[in-house]
Amino acid sequence: MRPLIIDNARIVDPASGMDAVGALHVEDGRITHVGASGPAAPQGADRLDARGLMLAPGLIDMRVFTGEPGHEYRETLASASKAAAAGGVTSFVLMPDTLPVIDDGALVDFLIRRAAATASVNVLPAAAISKGLRGEEITEFGLLKEAGAVCFADGRHSIQSSALLRSAFAYAANFDMPVIHHAADRSLVGEGVMNEGHFASVLGLRGIPAAAETIPLARDLELAELTGVRYHAAQISVARSVELVAAAKRANPAISCGVSINSISLNENDVGAYRTFFKLNPPLRAESDRRAMIEGLRTGVIDVIHSDHDPQDSEVKRQPFAEASDGAIGLETLLAAALRLVHSGDVELSTLLRAMTVRPAEILGLPSGRLAVGAPADFILVDLDYPWQVTERDFHSRSRNSSFEGARLAGKVMATYVAGRKVFEHT
Amino acid sequence: MAGPSPISTGRTSAFDQGGPGFSQKHLLGIADLSPYEILDLLDRAEKMIPVSRQERKVLPTLSGKTQINLFFEPSTRTQGSFEIAGKRLGAQVMNMSVRTSSVTKGETLIDTATTLNAMRPDVIVVRHAAAGAVQLLSQKVGCAVINAGDGAHEHPTQALLDALTIRRHKGTLTGLTVAICGDIANSRVARSNLLLLGALQVRTRVIAPRTLLPAGIEHMATEVFTDMREGLAGADVVMMLRLQHERAAGKMIPSVREYYRFYGLDADKLAFAKPDAIVMHPGPMNRGVEIDPAIADGQRSVITEQVEMGVAVRMAVLDALLPDRNEAAA
Repeated sequence: MRPLIIDNARIVDPASGMDAVGALHVEDGRITHVGASGPAAPQGADRLDARGLMLAPGLIDMRVFTGEPGHEYRETLASASKAAAAGGVTSFVLMPDTLPVIDDGALVDFLIRRAAATASVNVLPAAAISKGLRGEEITEFGLLKEAGAVCFADGRHSIQSSALLRSAFAYAANFDMPVIHHAADRSLVGEGVMNEGHFASVLGLRGIPAAAETIPLARDLELAELTGVRYHAAQISVARSVELVAAAKRANPAISCGVSINSISLNENDVGAYRTFFKLNPPLRAESDRRAMIEGLRTGVIDVIHSDHDPQDSEVKRQPFAEASDGAIGLETLLAAALRLVHSGDVELSTLLRAMTVRPAEILGLPSGRLAVGAPADFILVDLDYPWQVTERDFHSRSRNSSFEGARLAGKVMATYVAGRKVFEHT
Repeated sequence: MAGPSPISTGRTSAFDQGGPGFSQKHLLGIADLSPYEILDLLDRAEKMIPVSRQERKVLPTLSGKTQINLFFEPSTRTQGSFEIAGKRLGAQVMNMSVRTSSVTKGETLIDTATTLNAMRPDVIVVRHAAAGAVQLLSQKVGCAVINAGDGAHEHPTQALLDALTIRRHKGTLTGLTVAICGDIANSRVARSNLLLLGALQVRTRVIAPRTLLPAGIEHMATEVFTDMREGLAGADVVMMLRLQHERAAGKMIPSVREYYRFYGLDADKLAFAKPDAIVMHPGPMNRGVEIDPAIADGQRSVITEQVEMGVAVRMAVLDALLPDRNEAAA
């Protein structure tokens, strides 16, 4: 592949703090220069004038579900990676909730080979913490790591047994592997389908209290401290959780915390008249909780914003609210939806990008997520003000269950590069 | 223009007060109705009462029209009431009790709706265990849809028949205090009644143990009581709710006998309400769980009259939703 020079770009790299007009050079899939234009250009390079577009590291999405293997009609690695590329996501962590569950080294190996053959972005498999996601026995962490799993996660499931979780944390620490865990107390969630409160009562829907998240989260944080594991709270949704994580982080820097784009941009009122695309797990919470997520991001308590991309077909979504599946797709709208927080003045651009680039990279121990010499040339060109409306027919995903359908957004990915190769261009 | 005139809740036509009458395509919930529409339906129902009391109990209003009663949850009385209402207006009525039969075979609610719609009914009456299910179905069919109860959301015809019963006994709704007692959290009857009585500016109270009160009840424009005697003090109407005791016992309440002791309606507790207070229950009753049999069958009970008003209200709703288009064209 010929070397590539991208000039006249607004280079924003949260890892180094750079925000300046300059050039980026790429050779053999790696970054060879970043900064002022002009230094010795590689021989025979392709040149691209970015015309002032923002050049940032490609996004790393820490929470993506697909349907491969098992439910390919919902999403394949190929379709998810197309959606990712269109959304500026150059790497994503693949949750193990497939059929079969990714709880065996051979399956991790299958995913890696399958992704190499069909996907245009980096697919990073998370292996299950518990066999079959049943929360009863831990998986073979060592063998799964050898096979190429980047972390352990039980996906949509939350482990109820504190003893099993303690064991999982301790054993993961043994292999220096991060554990991503979704905190939900099954008995408190009960038959709940949306945030507990007045609005759920008006709709006649059963509520999920904040304590269904805060109680297991507090337990997880205690066990993280006890075991020394690299613990990542998968996704918090209520104000009280921000306080819990903040307190735990003061004593234990190995802790990190994520929030889904939905929890930081939408609230329970978006459910409206039983709109099932807004039936999510965790549920959309009150506006005060959403504001707390923004504050948590600003203060660094929340490290990561992810899409929680969860493709569901109309068969399971066009149902009465309580009977519909949870989840919304989000890869293609992640950046533009997140940029709302920048346009509204709530969050600085570099703070926002940090949560989708270098922080996930640090948590997962990846060399990407930054524009540094020697790093993989995974980057995006973005028009920060480009106005567009989210339209179902434009999705690359095989599923249509977007919680941003019809939304008017500002900011669009114009091109996406993975290892120096263009995998998406806006036309 | 003058300010909004106070809505009279007595026996005068809504039209006489200048408000628009019923103009909805469906009846999905009381929340969709204006006070004028509610009063219009009550007035229409009032006119339907004599039809059921005469010897030839039939009007030609819906002659040639097809009504499907689609019940995903079994309900003998509500389904029967809608069936009789339709037949007394001359409609062809078909009952479909789905009971999860085709649903368990993988047919979705939408599939069922599409299938029924192809049979070209004029109105579908739906009961479903999930809140919002009736609204979802209404989006997929071309005919009128009546909500006969969706989960813990709404049961609009029940609230209408309750209001009609109260109005006939008290002459008016204005100035009354209505106490609703029991499982407020899981009751669509309570939701619809609070909405209807609230829209007509009737004072309401809810009485229940904290475990049976919905979250956010403090925002629902009603007074909340956990003590039955305090809640019943000075009430004109005592509306009891059915307790799903098989589901609640041991979780939301310790036992049926404890529930009856503190929240069951007996003579002792009823004595706190006004001497002329009426006692209501949407049925089916659990005698000895939420109500003393002597009260249920006693002088102040209007429970069987509620059943009669149910037919009148459902006739009125069908009549309002299915105007005779042939007549209008003529």
